[in-house]
Amino acid sequence: MDLSAINPVLLLASLMVAATPILLAAIGELVVERAGVLNLGVEGMMITGAVCGFVVAVNSGSPWLGFLGAAAGGAGLALIFGGLTQFLLSNQVATGLALTLFGLGLSALVGQGYIGIKAPAFPDWHIPLLGDIPIIGPIIFQHDPMVYVGLIFVAGVWAFLTYSRLGLVLRAVGENHEAAHALGYDVIKVRLAAIIFGGACAGLGGAYLSLVRVPQWTEGMTAGAGWIALAIVVFASWRPWRLLLGAYLFGGITVLQLNLQAAGSALPVEYLSMTPYLATIAVLVIMRSGRAPGALGQIFHASR
Amino acid sequence: MIALEKRPQPSRGWTYATPILAVILTMICGGLLFAALGKNPFETIRTIFLDPLFSEFAFYYRPQLLIKGAPLVLIAIGLSFGFRAGIWNIGAEGQYIVGAICGAAVGLAFYPTESIFIFPLMVLAGAIGGFVWAMIPGVLRVKFGTNEILVSLMLVYVAEQLLASMALGALRNPEGMGFPGSRNLAQYDAASSWIDQSIGMHWGVVSAFIAVIFAYVALSRHIFGFHVRLAGQSPRAARFAGVNPGALILICMGLSGALAGLAGLFEVAGPAGQISIDFNIGYGFTAIIVAFLGRLHPIGILLAGGLMALTYIGGEIAQSNLGLPLAAIQMMQGMLLFFLLAVDVLTNYRVRFGQGKPA
Repeated sequence: MDLSAINPVLLLASLMVAATPILLAAIGELVVERAGVLNLGVEGMMITGAVCGFVVAVNSGSPWLGFLGAAAGGAGLALIFGGLTQFLLSNQVATGLALTLFGLGLSALVGQGYIGIKAPAFPDWHIPLLGDIPIIGPIIFQHDPMVYVGLIFVAGVWAFLTYSRLGLVLRAVGENHEAAHALGYDVIKVRLAAIIFGGACAGLGGAYLSLVRVPQWTEGMTAGAGWIALAIVVFASWRPWRLLLGAYLFGGITVLQLNLQAAGSALPVEYLSMTPYLATIAVLVIMRSGRAPGALGQIFHASR
Repeated sequence: MIALEKRPQPSRGWTYATPILAVILTMICGGLLFAALGKNPFETIRTIFLDPLFSEFAFYYRPQLLIKGAPLVLIAIGLSFGFRAGIWNIGAEGQYIVGAICGAAVGLAFYPTESIFIFPLMVLAGAIGGFVWAMIPGVLRVKFGTNEILVSLMLVYVAEQLLASMALGALRNPEGMGFPGSRNLAQYDAASSWIDQSIGMHWGVVSAFIAVIFAYVALSRHIFGFHVRLAGQSPRAARFAGVNPGALILICMGLSGALAGLAGLFEVAGPAGQISIDFNIGYGFTAIIVAFLGRLHPIGILLAGGLMALTYIGGEIAQSNLGLPLAAIQMMQGMLLFFLLAVDVLTNYRVRFGQGKPA
């Protein structure tokens, strides 16, 4: 094995890219769970976003429109989940699973004619001045715009939950929906909004895979990224900044194992490919997470 | 204005009617989907749901019903116990793969010896493989409070990588001219799970029926079934009744893992024949739909497994005869679960029309 082939600067730079799809999906799910809803369909929404984004981007030639389409696709699928769990009061665990199974089928169907096509290029930004700083420049300031969109989302969600009135309402709904209802807040409306936001974010994360990271469409290409995003939300104890740490930790492991594969590690490829999943399990075990939102996963029905 | 009113007790009538209603709604929506894909909806629905049973080639498809249905029923029976108790083992696909690997490894180790003890040993190894794989999320949940949904699911991806490594490495057929995949177990008499291939009968089918009977007795007549149902409906009451929650988690996870492992072994030693990179085709996930469609009841699961097997076979016919993409069938299966969850509201709630009284 030739470890000198691994360039630490490139490694750290690609870490940010590898973490972005999971970060995007996880920040959406974090808001959903803070509102007291457990949507296990992240994988399904991600893969739907991946295919919607790819189809729109290829047909329009614009990656930006692709991301928009991906957000719409993810939100659309999330809306099914919202309707089922909020109005028809279905079990959230089962509905989330259904969403994933449905999303995998839907994406395979939509993406049929798009296998083997390359996505339109999505160039990196070379931020002037900041991007020219040696070492730090290439690591942090020379990425494509979506990497920064992910960071802005984390900061935005943190500010929204901590400082805004609506964020307070959302947290109240997630902690105790009976009390929030008694105070006159519309529990279902708040939750639906959160679910749609979560779906849009998962869609963006999926599209980042199909438009930037791979950049192609293949069936089942998310390969568990949505589930890892769910795990990272637990790891982060439902706090935005810890989410960033979790996503980068995971991105680091992914990139490192890919680099080790390329460097010709003695360990077979299959075992290296297992590491992100094993690391996720290890992280779930070691990090005894904080308290989950009080009403997480419970059905709300305003009885008269 | 439409309002929902909680029923004091779940409606018995709707309990039986909702799965049928969900299937009908899926057929309607599936028909619309097929029409949107430019296929004749009536012909497609008929091909999927009726042709496997009644067409002129049905003699060929009917055995397939047993072959496809058996693993689904076997896995779903195991899952139903956990789902009833609120223990979510989502990683049956991984346990299925590991069971198949362990069982096949035992069989391949004895190749080419002929002995009647080989197959029972493989069955044991398959069950243990699935059991151990399911114990990982089970023990982590009990010892560390780790979420069993996420851990069991992560282990599916690990198992898939393990399968790839086995098919390309340790279990590869030494006479396979370098192609990936193991020796064909179905052609190795001592290790084959076939009883009569012409009617689709293999030991997995037998086991599925036995599992249904045992599950029925356990749920309705045995204290274990009572504990499972109690834990699902009221965890607090269960604790007072002397149910040990940790033990219940381990038993439910272990049981579903062992059954999934068995299903994997029977599949790999019969219909699939060999350990290959993609011998698993998602039975572990479809079994989740089967468990819910069967209302987590053994007899229901048996019927639901048959219906799901029908859509698999019908889907293949529709693919070859009508050019229907296989993904459309997968989507329809997901749709079925959606509709089932949606109409389930009728079981627990009464729909009231008209002006409700103010709160």
